[in-house]
Amino acid sequence: MPTLFVNKERVDISANVPGDTPLLWILRDSLGLTGTKYGCGMALCGACTVYVEGQPVRACQTPLSSLKTGAEITTIEGLTTKEGIAVRAAWEKLDVPQCGYCQSGQVMAAAALLARKKKPTDADIDAAMNGNLCRCATYQRIRAAIKEASKTLG
Amino acid sequence: MRTERIVNAGRRGFLKASAAISVVAGSGFTLGLWVRDAAAQGASPAAAVDPSAFVRIGRDNTVTVIAKHLEMGQGTYTGLATIVAEELDASWDQVKVEGAPADATRYNNLFWGPAQGTGGSTAIANSWEQLRNVGAAARAMLVAAAAKQWNVPAASISVKNGVVSGGGKKATFGELADAAAAQPVPTDIKLKNPKDFVLIGKHVPRKDSRAKSNGTAQFTADVRLPGMLTAVVAHPPKFGARVKDFDSNSVADVPGVRYVVEVPNGVAIVATSFWAAKKGRDALKMEWDEGTAIKFSSSDILAEYKSLAGKPGIVARNDGDAAAAMTGAAKTLEAAYEFPYLAHAAMEPMDCVVKLGKETCEVWNGEQFQTGDQFAVAQTVGLKPEQVKLNMLFAGGSFGRRANPAGDYVIEAASIAKALARAGNYDVPIKLVWTREDDMKAGFYRPAYYHTLKAGLDATGKVVAWQHRIVGQSIVAGTAFEGEMVKNGVDATSVEGASTLPYAIPNLAVDLHSPKVGVPVLWWRSVGSTHTAYSTETFVDELAQAAGKDPVEFRRALLARHPRHLGVLELAAKEAGWTKPLAAGKAGEKRGRGIAVHESFNTFVAQVVEVAVRGKEFTVDRVVCAVDCGIAVNPDVIRAQMEGGIGFGLSAALYGKITLANGAIEQSNFHDYPMLRFTEMPRIEVHIVPSAEKPTGVGEPGTPVIAPALANALAAATGKRLRNLPLTLA
Repeated sequence: MPTLFVNKERVDISANVPGDTPLLWILRDSLGLTGTKYGCGMALCGACTVYVEGQPVRACQTPLSSLKTGAEITTIEGLTTKEGIAVRAAWEKLDVPQCGYCQSGQVMAAAALLARKKKPTDADIDAAMNGNLCRCATYQRIRAAIKEASKTLG
Repeated sequence: MRTERIVNAGRRGFLKASAAISVVAGSGFTLGLWVRDAAAQGASPAAAVDPSAFVRIGRDNTVTVIAKHLEMGQGTYTGLATIVAEELDASWDQVKVEGAPADATRYNNLFWGPAQGTGGSTAIANSWEQLRNVGAAARAMLVAAAAKQWNVPAASISVKNGVVSGGGKKATFGELADAAAAQPVPTDIKLKNPKDFVLIGKHVPRKDSRAKSNGTAQFTADVRLPGMLTAVVAHPPKFGARVKDFDSNSVADVPGVRYVVEVPNGVAIVATSFWAAKKGRDALKMEWDEGTAIKFSSSDILAEYKSLAGKPGIVARNDGDAAAAMTGAAKTLEAAYEFPYLAHAAMEPMDCVVKLGKETCEVWNGEQFQTGDQFAVAQTVGLKPEQVKLNMLFAGGSFGRRANPAGDYVIEAASIAKALARAGNYDVPIKLVWTREDDMKAGFYRPAYYHTLKAGLDATGKVVAWQHRIVGQSIVAGTAFEGEMVKNGVDATSVEGASTLPYAIPNLAVDLHSPKVGVPVLWWRSVGSTHTAYSTETFVDELAQAAGKDPVEFRRALLARHPRHLGVLELAAKEAGWTKPLAAGKAGEKRGRGIAVHESFNTFVAQVVEVAVRGKEFTVDRVVCAVDCGIAVNPDVIRAQMEGGIGFGLSAALYGKITLANGAIEQSNFHDYPMLRFTEMPRIEVHIVPSAEKPTGVGEPGTPVIAPALANALAAATGKRLRNLPLTLA
């Protein structure tokens, strides 16, 4: 029975869950963590971005069988890092979201960037965010909000 | 219609239920009225007599605004609440917003007669007076309650920032809530003088930003109900194909699969989770009857459209005598334009939850067209519309897709619930989930169009003749909107922006061919303007060049009678520094600047684009956007919609192309139907024209202007006039 730690909570996955089940659907359908979104199923849009062992991954292309037992998973619901808090505050301050569907993934990607690099350059931001699509094209505000969050992190 | 129950996974046992469900085509009702230009015509929606339909004041001091329009990203929850809160003098912090149920008697779109729905950038425009009256009436009731309690004249009471004061006393709205509700609804409502606005025109935070930044915002995809099953549907590989046969045995071994259900447009696999349903669909053995399917390709459609363009169409506008004036012109120019089908590709693929009981049907959806879908669901499941309850959720984008008069995905979800109910399974919530591939291939595209344009200039460079022909499918033909939106054979959505060309050209003709093709089509953010703004604004640019005039000056001379077009044109040009030379590019780089101006849905937008070209590659560096949408209710939401509308339009300008090969859609996901990415977003500056006119919508009008402004910038940089979308310099 594989065991995961999702947002620091122990989750035992029953043996009859097929190993090809993407982490995305375990989170959404089995655990009710619906903040992580399905957008493409092909790792093309980033709406399903979560952390595995602290690293951003596409949950739609992360089958259960690829996860090590005891793997630490962080979703938007469990994003309690100081970078995560700063990013969400900046998102609110600049009213980044429009439809909002992609924004969990955007927030996860942005917080991962700031955790890695406190003062990202525009090029750093480009590299970190180019895999996250936003059909509402909130990109200009995402860039500004990452800079704002970086500023508040000091 | 067949329902097959997988009694026990792994065994070959089925409960066969033959159920004859009549397939519903269309929504089965007709709109009595469609006042598309109501705002322009000065139509004044009647005041709502009962504010309780739109605002609820709680004892806990919350002010809940009930939004009759779908929040799909355009910021309407914030906008509608701002209008109510302004007249109510509520504190913005105490205001909450919830989606209204489907109830056209209270929540109809005042520009759509008896129908409730969101579209055509009408939410703020149709609600403006209604919600001001609601807020003012509720305020008057609070004041009356306080006056009675404190025994002071109502006139001595003031309300500010959620606090009622008078006679040395103060009370919160919450403290007065019960007493205010007992007051009669006032008949003589006094609205604020706009100079006293404290929220309208100022910055207020969006009401949905927090929930949309922390993962708690609820979309249809996120609905979870006890006993809920998830359905995935195998759709026809070609439009018009039908289910010939399917083998339920082929999915019997897939864990979690519960039912196999034939629906009007395919076969649904109903399972305990999305992944189980999808694996069931992957395993399903089935055959399609392609006898009735379309089998042509995009090139065939284009060839037919080109041939049609050689013949006169139905007249949409005819000023003067364009043909004669053309003959007498000193110089003529001609151009032809090709526009592909476009998918909406909202980030949330289509989905819908339906729970069907014996006497009721409950629907959860990010619903853009409540009345139509309420009728469609009722007809599908065999209940009355009022027995269909609709729960409003956020939509993860829509851009017109969730306002489908054909009700496709909603009917599909209802059909699955109905099939289960026929087999005795009532009250099982069914969540229909389309994959990205389903969403991209199942149609309801912005139609493909072909335009021809011809114009004549006299010896002084003045435009004396203009002939515009448009060929493309009608969006509203065969829908509930046809009666009001097709006049004399002309679908207004096919020609808007062309038949309404503002330029002073004495001899001007626009005509239209609306061939029936069989590819499902639908409105797509800014509708007709998605193509008419492109052809007209790039062609005018060519005419300016032919006349040897500056593009801004040339337009200015033709817009003397259109001050609002002129206003945005001049503001955009000024803020972009149009009269100053564009800074040179890097080595090996050519730069260019282009402008376009266009009105859609009574909102006026001009954009100046700066582009840098390196060989066949180009980047959009900067966009200066000027917008006149009347009174700016939420300036920051307006800026956001211009930014987003520009980005959305750029996706289409750079990449958008849905194609058919032998009847099948060739694109499937974001790798072959790309959209604008983070690094491609230009720097956008938005300038709002100060105005005392009634507010108009901003969800759509930013979109159609960017492609022609970009094409004009590319022409300035390279000398090449691009006439086919998407734009490539190859």
